[in-house]
Amino acid sequence: MKTAYTNARIIDPANGFDDVGTLIVDGNLIEACGSSLSPDTADEIIDCNGKVLCPGFIDMRAHAVDPDAALAGGITTIILQPDQTTIIDTDAVVERIRHRSVDSQIVSVYPMGAATQGMRGEQIAEIGQMQESGAVAFTDCTKAVDDAQVMRRLLEYAGHFDALVVQFAENPELAAGAVAHEGETATRMGLAGVPAAAEAIQIERDARLAKLTNSRVHFALVSSREGVEAVREAKSKGIKVSCSTAPHYLHLNDNALEGYRTFAKVRPPLRGEDDRLALIEGLADGTIDTLVSDHCPKSADVKRLPFAQAAYGVVGFETMLALALAPVHTGKLELSALIKALTVNPAKLLGLPTGNLSPGSFADFVIFDLNKPWRIDADKLISSAKNTPFDTLPVQGQVLKTVADGVRVFERS
Amino acid sequence: MSTHSTEQSSYPRADVDPPSGQLFPYKHLLGIWGLDPTAIKHLLDTADGYVEQNRQAKKSTAICNGLTQINLFFENSTRTLMSFEIAGKRLGLDTISMSTGTSSIKKGETMLDTAATLNAMHPDVLVMRHGDSGAVKLLSEKMDCAVINAGDGRSEHPTQALLDALTIRRRKGSIHGQTIVISGDVAHSRVARSNIYLLNAMGARVRLVAPPTLLPCDVDRLGVEVFHRMEDGLEGADVVMMLRLQNERMQGAFLPSLREYYRFWGLTREKLTVAKDDVLVMHPGPMNRGVEIASDVADDLDRSAIEEQVEMGVAVRMACIDVLTKDLRSGDAS
Repeated sequence: MKTAYTNARIIDPANGFDDVGTLIVDGNLIEACGSSLSPDTADEIIDCNGKVLCPGFIDMRAHAVDPDAALAGGITTIILQPDQTTIIDTDAVVERIRHRSVDSQIVSVYPMGAATQGMRGEQIAEIGQMQESGAVAFTDCTKAVDDAQVMRRLLEYAGHFDALVVQFAENPELAAGAVAHEGETATRMGLAGVPAAAEAIQIERDARLAKLTNSRVHFALVSSREGVEAVREAKSKGIKVSCSTAPHYLHLNDNALEGYRTFAKVRPPLRGEDDRLALIEGLADGTIDTLVSDHCPKSADVKRLPFAQAAYGVVGFETMLALALAPVHTGKLELSALIKALTVNPAKLLGLPTGNLSPGSFADFVIFDLNKPWRIDADKLISSAKNTPFDTLPVQGQVLKTVADGVRVFERS
Repeated sequence: MSTHSTEQSSYPRADVDPPSGQLFPYKHLLGIWGLDPTAIKHLLDTADGYVEQNRQAKKSTAICNGLTQINLFFENSTRTLMSFEIAGKRLGLDTISMSTGTSSIKKGETMLDTAATLNAMHPDVLVMRHGDSGAVKLLSEKMDCAVINAGDGRSEHPTQALLDALTIRRRKGSIHGQTIVISGDVAHSRVARSNIYLLNAMGARVRLVAPPTLLPCDVDRLGVEVFHRMEDGLEGADVVMMLRLQNERMQGAFLPSLREYYRFWGLTREKLTVAKDDVLVMHPGPMNRGVEIASDVADDLDRSAIEEQVEMGVAVRMACIDVLTKDLRSGDAS
């Protein structure tokens, strides 16, 4: 069975393609993609009416699977963080998650393994065996590997397997007890803050260790100007560093905490306006490699608490594209740069076969309306929890169809 | 130009007649942040009346008869709790106090559940203290009655700022135009924050003096002048408010030793010589004598207003309860 998706604006950064054209899918594989293809051989022809068609998004940081929400957000590959009920720090757990993904999930799930056993930062986890079982990277999630000696050995050891180490860029001592960005807002509200320097200090140290060990290191969520500059500096020296950020850091600054809104409590914290603008610049110029949702469903029970006690995290799958398109619509970010950060960049970092529309690849792609205006409604989210700080926010751009493994698994009615 | 009996000059920003006719158009008193000068002045003027009443033999007026006040303290306190209890009783409310130390209730769920339980008992005033910033605001969203913040985390302690303001106004004749120094552990102090907002709103010139480790980030953006040396900050000061140095901050990373703190930031007679001759010394209590304040300064009857602050505390809390239950009482009458 062949399906042709015609009249689409196809953006495939992996092959440097951005033009109106046709994509032909044969079964679960892409057969061809181009501007002058004839759809005549196809059994089914779908007219995309000039909407954008690009590879399915790869979300490099999610704390829960939530498959329906992911597909509604155009995400076809989820990289699950190791901070699950059972910490993912052995090959057995990795294998179980991969099996469940292959057997029952439409969306592909790849776990990140813990970088150290029990994410305690003391002893290196079984990176080799977890990698064999399907773990794509190694991280202690929301804990930075603090001990410089452990980090050095981790980078050396992981380097041997060419495994990506993902570091949470926040110096733990400077961040102790902090729940917000150290600045005017936290001072006025009486909240303990962590300075942006805590991020840059961690990045600078680990960039030096990456240089020393000649290995790769990726920084999970960069949130500040100082952090972006530290990554830019390391890259300019040829050190193998990369980093991610999340849409909420592009969209909000610490003013969002006003009134002790715990739905805006995230880690690292939302920072100042200058930091927010620096992140958009960093994404536009390629300093920031990937955009992740940091999807973290939390029930109201653990969110409706005094600020310091409330859980961290926001749900991100369904709002990721629309939020990330905001700087595109204001002309601060190229659409192709955004798609790159959502597709080919994470695929390359993690060594995944997806994130492109090359002939012979798995047919994982998304069709979205670049301009469709809509309003985020927390009650209408299909995520397992509704903890979004973006309720009632008007946004532009909406996923219309998500195709995974050749099957149209999500279609907006 | 309306000035109150104890006020010597009017502060025009506080003498605006609000178009709504409501001098205090708020349901709760959660903090000073967001209150306008008119509302602050209204509370101070009302409190001024209660000061005289509290000095008479018969101190009670049963204007709030039949109303219920619950004092819910999730953090240990004696003076604030007693002050609120006395204030409620003198207005004729039935007051019930519940004090749970920080150790016994650790989970926030318990706090909101407690709130729901209390709400079902239909109190008219809930006074609450909690160790977390923003906790009182969160609870107020679940309550139907007026909520008074008796201190939440490092955020706000509005009645303390009001009683300090009343003390200053009665001693100095006005708040605006005064140079007021706040010294001590500003970073962890809700008293400092509420005072900064109130004194700024009422036109005072606010200075902070503290070692850099006890000043929060970007504090200068709250409209204060920041000094690190006592000698500089106290120059020409009308009022000095000392803050209590919390025990848990005394050791560890914030300060090397109490001895050293006293040497540089303890308020002594010698350091006070650069302030105005009639400088007023204040402290929210309880004091650490020989740490942040020398005994001879604290006990100097001419300059120290520390006991007067406690007296004003009852009057200010009576005023807050009075103002917040006004609509409720007029509703009953009609």
